[in-house]
Amino acid sequence: MTGTDLFTPTKRRSRRSVTLVVGCVLAGLIALLAAVSLFWLPYDADDTSGGRLAGPGDGHLLGTDKLGRDLFTQVMTGSRIAVEAGLGSVLIAAAVGITLGVLAAYAQGWIDDTLSAFLDILIAFPTLLLAMLIVAARSATLGSAVLAIGLAQSAVVARLVRILVKRVLAQDYITAARTSGTSWPRTVLSHVLPNIWPTLVVNLALQFGLAVLAEAGLSYLGLGAPPPNASWGRMLQEAQATFTTAPAGALAPGILLVLLVIGVNLIADGLRDTLDPATRRRRA
Amino acid sequence: MARYLVRRLAFLAVSLALASVVLFVLLRMLPGDPANALTSVGASPEQIAAARHAIGSDRPLPEQFTHWIGQLASGDLGTSFVSSLPVGPEVAARLDVTVPLTLAAFVLAVLIAVPAGFTAAHKRHTWYGTLLSGVSQLGIAIPVFWLGMILIAVFALNAGWLPSGGFPQDGWDDPAEAVRSLVLPVVTIALVMSASLIRYVRSATLDVLGSDYLRTARALGSSFGGAMRRHGLRNASVPVISVLGIELASTLLGAVVVESVYALPGLGSMLATGIAQHDYPVIQGVLFVSTLAVLVIGFVADLVQRIIDPRLRGRLSGGSR
Repeated sequence: MTGTDLFTPTKRRSRRSVTLVVGCVLAGLIALLAAVSLFWLPYDADDTSGGRLAGPGDGHLLGTDKLGRDLFTQVMTGSRIAVEAGLGSVLIAAAVGITLGVLAAYAQGWIDDTLSAFLDILIAFPTLLLAMLIVAARSATLGSAVLAIGLAQSAVVARLVRILVKRVLAQDYITAARTSGTSWPRTVLSHVLPNIWPTLVVNLALQFGLAVLAEAGLSYLGLGAPPPNASWGRMLQEAQATFTTAPAGALAPGILLVLLVIGVNLIADGLRDTLDPATRRRRA
Repeated sequence: MARYLVRRLAFLAVSLALASVVLFVLLRMLPGDPANALTSVGASPEQIAAARHAIGSDRPLPEQFTHWIGQLASGDLGTSFVSSLPVGPEVAARLDVTVPLTLAAFVLAVLIAVPAGFTAAHKRHTWYGTLLSGVSQLGIAIPVFWLGMILIAVFALNAGWLPSGGFPQDGWDDPAEAVRSLVLPVVTIALVMSASLIRYVRSATLDVLGSDYLRTARALGSSFGGAMRRHGLRNASVPVISVLGIELASTLLGAVVVESVYALPGLGSMLATGIAQHDYPVIQGVLFVSTLAVLVIGFVADLVQRIIDPRLRGRLSGGSR
């Protein structure tokens, strides 16, 4: 019994790992679709031999779209784009956000005030709007969308990092590191970042889901990856007019999108409970 | 309190000034020439220069900036490059759609999320507590435009109860018709918004439920309801109000996708068109008005938090976000 957590009932702890497992299964399923789509697709992306708006079955698992293209092929390509959009945005958001947040936390006085006021305003503007501005300035490609979403999200990450770093900087072990002559970049790398890591990873996982949603929103508005690429958002936009007559095209991409986002959010919840023991009892 | 108000208002004014500079500079950094939108393809350099001169984009940037600020100071949002119409009245007309849409969705979301979030926390070991948490998980994962598509398909196309989109040409002259066209958009935004709010209310309630002061109050003989009303509500509402402020502000502009699904002539769609046409005065005007709204909402949220929680009164801005 030594070293075990005596305060959390085992039943609750096991439910938490269930969260993580279900999340991994859901997100893993989409990731698998995305990975397979890199090597193999049931049909060519521009193969229109299927007949327009065919129902599911008959060689087409989900049927075809209004141009006769296979829906399952598009859904697979869409999963690749969604995963790319999520990963790319989160990488950018993490790189920019962590840097800005650490700098803001170290800055004192009016620089800190100005930076946090600026971040607050930036955060109040929806990710999608900032992204629209950036996409309009560049061109509508997946790269622009990812860059835009990543930059917009970096404000959220920066604010979180600033708060977390400030909290860590007030700790005695930081004072100890400082008085023993450790340089501040070194303090950040070996004392600050390891301590904020658990909370940060959870937030970045949540940002992944939000990035996938934002990319779908941009593509829905025609500001995402251009036409030959089947993004889920654009598939949904194209299928909107035929929702009642051919529901498969308007349902399948949406369902997969929801599954991916739920999966990643569940992973975030599971990670929070596993990585951050302080929240265990409170959030159970 | 009076001293705080002065300082907080000064902070608001400085933020607004800062935001307008950032807005102006960022917009001019965008590639693309607004004059291109005004002239036809293959226009001669002279025609383009004339177009630039007409809209004033050939003048030095500091001059353009002071001109814009001067206009703002006299309550003028400028004139659209593309339509040559003043931006102010257009923004006001769009607000007639966006403000009722946002406020109604916000109120509905709060009405759903507060009881649901409280129940999800308080009854978390029952099946319906778990179900509520699950539904909110589902809600934050649904793209708002897809929810809109589904609602249109079910309630407009199949059942035929409500219009599938659009807004009456003559606005609020026929209130019943205007309200009917806003019902589905309001429900769409409210459902998505309440899904994320439920999580905040739930976590704030959990914090209160596990707190020492609640246990002490119960030990001193308060009933559960009495202790929650007297101690819990006040403590739980502080973090929730700061989230509410952010949600309200972002919905004001975040409505752009919903406006697109339902073909509503709101502020978001005005901005989208402005961005596509490089129409600086329109973009500047919409973003300035919304920045102002964002700042004022933040101000009000801070003020309310401060009234509720005396512990915050030493600080200039923000609660425990």
